[in-house]
Amino acid sequence: MSSWGRAAAVGLCAMAMASWAAVLPEGLAELGRPATEGEVAAWDIDVRPDFVGLPPGSGDVWAGEEIWLAQCASCHGDFGDSNEIFAPLVLGNITEEDITAGRVASLTDPAVTRTTLMKVPTLSTLWDYIYRAMPWNAPKSLSPDEVYALVAYLLNLGYVVDDDFVLSDANMAETQARMPNRNGMSLNHGLWSVSGAPDVSGLACTADCDVAVNVTSSLPAYAMNAHGNLAEQVRDWGPYPGLWTERGRETTEEPEQLAAGGAVIEAVVAPEAALNAGGCSGCHQMAGQLVGPGFDAIRAKYAGQEHAAYLRDKIVNGGAGVWGSMPMPPMPAVEEDALQQIVAWLTAGEE
Amino acid sequence: MALDAEQGQLQAAPESFLPKDLVEDISRDGINPGRRSLLRGAFTAAAASLVAPALRADDDPDIVNLPSWTRSLGKPVVANPYGQPSPYEANIVRRQSPGLTRTDQSSVSFTPLQNLFGMITPSGLHFERHHQGWVDIDPRRHRLMINGLVDTPLVFTMEELLRMPSVSRIHFLECGANTGLEWGNVAVPTVQYSHGMLSASEFTGVPVSLLLERAGFDRQRATVLLAEGADGSSMTRTINLENALDDALVAYGQNGEMLRPENGYPLRLVVPGVQGVSWVKWLRRLEVGDKPWATKDEVAHYVDLMPDGTHRQYTSIQEAKSVITAPSGGQKLLKQGYYDITGLAWSGRGTVEKVEVSVDGGRNWRPTRLEGPILPKALTRFHYDWVWQGEVALLQSRVTDSTGYIQPSRAQLVDVRGTRSIYHNNAIQTWRVSADGEVQNVQLG
Repeated sequence: MSSWGRAAAVGLCAMAMASWAAVLPEGLAELGRPATEGEVAAWDIDVRPDFVGLPPGSGDVWAGEEIWLAQCASCHGDFGDSNEIFAPLVLGNITEEDITAGRVASLTDPAVTRTTLMKVPTLSTLWDYIYRAMPWNAPKSLSPDEVYALVAYLLNLGYVVDDDFVLSDANMAETQARMPNRNGMSLNHGLWSVSGAPDVSGLACTADCDVAVNVTSSLPAYAMNAHGNLAEQVRDWGPYPGLWTERGRETTEEPEQLAAGGAVIEAVVAPEAALNAGGCSGCHQMAGQLVGPGFDAIRAKYAGQEHAAYLRDKIVNGGAGVWGSMPMPPMPAVEEDALQQIVAWLTAGEE
Repeated sequence: MALDAEQGQLQAAPESFLPKDLVEDISRDGINPGRRSLLRGAFTAAAASLVAPALRADDDPDIVNLPSWTRSLGKPVVANPYGQPSPYEANIVRRQSPGLTRTDQSSVSFTPLQNLFGMITPSGLHFERHHQGWVDIDPRRHRLMINGLVDTPLVFTMEELLRMPSVSRIHFLECGANTGLEWGNVAVPTVQYSHGMLSASEFTGVPVSLLLERAGFDRQRATVLLAEGADGSSMTRTINLENALDDALVAYGQNGEMLRPENGYPLRLVVPGVQGVSWVKWLRRLEVGDKPWATKDEVAHYVDLMPDGTHRQYTSIQEAKSVITAPSGGQKLLKQGYYDITGLAWSGRGTVEKVEVSVDGGRNWRPTRLEGPILPKALTRFHYDWVWQGEVALLQSRVTDSTGYIQPSRAQLVDVRGTRSIYHNNAIQTWRVSADGEVQNVQLG
């Protein structure tokens, strides 16, 4: 940690030169009040790599698996290996040699998918993050014992601990000492401090510079429209209009029936605000499977007011087994207005 | 009012041609596509009823035939209580890169740099990066706590923070992953997607140094701060105390108004020169410490993978970088002749000293004109006079900052860092102009 020490020393130097006067303006000390112990405890939940801040508790791999399947698998997969929503957490590609060395050797191989467990050097981080931010749609709902169990299960998936392992505040440090990439981080760079030294710098040459000017990479024609029609993403008047990259349509005119002012059937509009606020769009998208089924499939299957009560129950209380193995978590936080809008839309049927 | 016979007969204002219920609908809800086509029909009918003036061959009809807006009563005040851009600017919005993320809550939207001017990003076009969605916070119920290595842990209300001495400063805000898609090869078509995780605003708030002074922080032991958000993710990042005491702000203002919710309303950390992830939004707590926290976004993300398999950790500073924003990828030069090549330059270590432009892929460089004011850790706009004669051109810009650092080429950067580090790609950007004026994102080698 020598470079960290250097960075810290720079910090101390800067403090001596801090621009604000050490004397506060008169009266300023009356703004703000002391925080109570309970207030600090409620918010200061961070856990450092030296485990300052870690609450006592314990949990085993089996308990972790049970919580995982109920609360985590819908996004991360049963074995933490899903690439559907987030990058995989573990893929079973960490070796005993990696754990011994504290360096994941396959990080040099571009063909190997980088997982969370291949990167993270500190067990404290997994604990801290799961406790503060997971599950995705209900952060801070897990107890310390549940977090210990989940971390134990994750480590077990990565072959870091055995099936009968129990993780607790007492063995966090010795377990952290088995983290596969614990020696894989470098502080030897100039990007921590504003006065750090750059590792790369450009040429000052201004005339007849010896540089390669062959085009080695550009977007192939078929990919030019991958971000949508560029002509519609750039100011369409002025010196630089956008390139027309959409095939099969030659003009920006509105579709025939609109331009003619003819009968345009008002589609039932998706209650996007409600879907977003309710957390639905974290797992469902308009068309096609994401974590859960697409809204298009749900609307097709449950068109008709007779399905309203059923869908309402599924949203509030959750469900499983209808669309595949991913359980739908209960969504008790969806407000009543939003719930009504969502159910009405889901059951409205296609126009 | 006397009328020349050639100008035709004065007609009632076009509003009178619109059905009354349509006018009321539009006043209430604005123009949707259906109404737009109805409007178009009404205007066509109105135009047809006018006697067209005599138009000579070299007359511009947009001058000679007075347009409807010149012959009608305009709209009233507060038609839009919060002003909106012209409908003719509807293309210029934040956009997502399709397929980049699988959820919209942990995602990013990019600033349309290709069509912006000057050194400030309109607040509604500031890029977004959320890790677990964005939230609407009631400012009356928001608190800032300062704890850790301090004499007394403190709690501030927003009312108290707004009473404290404030400063307003213009700074750029760039995501550490900006241009991250372009490490291996060209992946996106326009500057919006290649460089659009970049914005700049005037931020107003209280210096962090003042708040730490108020709390009585431990000068002997303190080296770092932890910043923490009030949203579901309660995002945490370790901040270098050097930055925090130098010019960091606890900010509530952005471009003269309160922060937008997507940008952290009512309170965010501003750490000039440092990558965006450290500018924690919806800020609820600052903790003074003596060791870094190794938070999730300091070990699993925002770590830069090097060719030897190590990850650089706590990479924070955004080194000097520049990009030509117009003309840029996906645009087209319609005719030959004069063009103002313009773009942005910035440095997380100080001010922009100079920007040079090359039109031949970096063989020859010419100085550019810098637009003032040139401020530290802010965007500086540059201009270069160019006469395009239909030749194939390779446009590049290169910044030198106040430390003497020169922006590297992509080849120089890749030579040291490889192509897998995702973060901190500040390479020189190349736009290829074809003989027919089409501008394309390319890499050279």
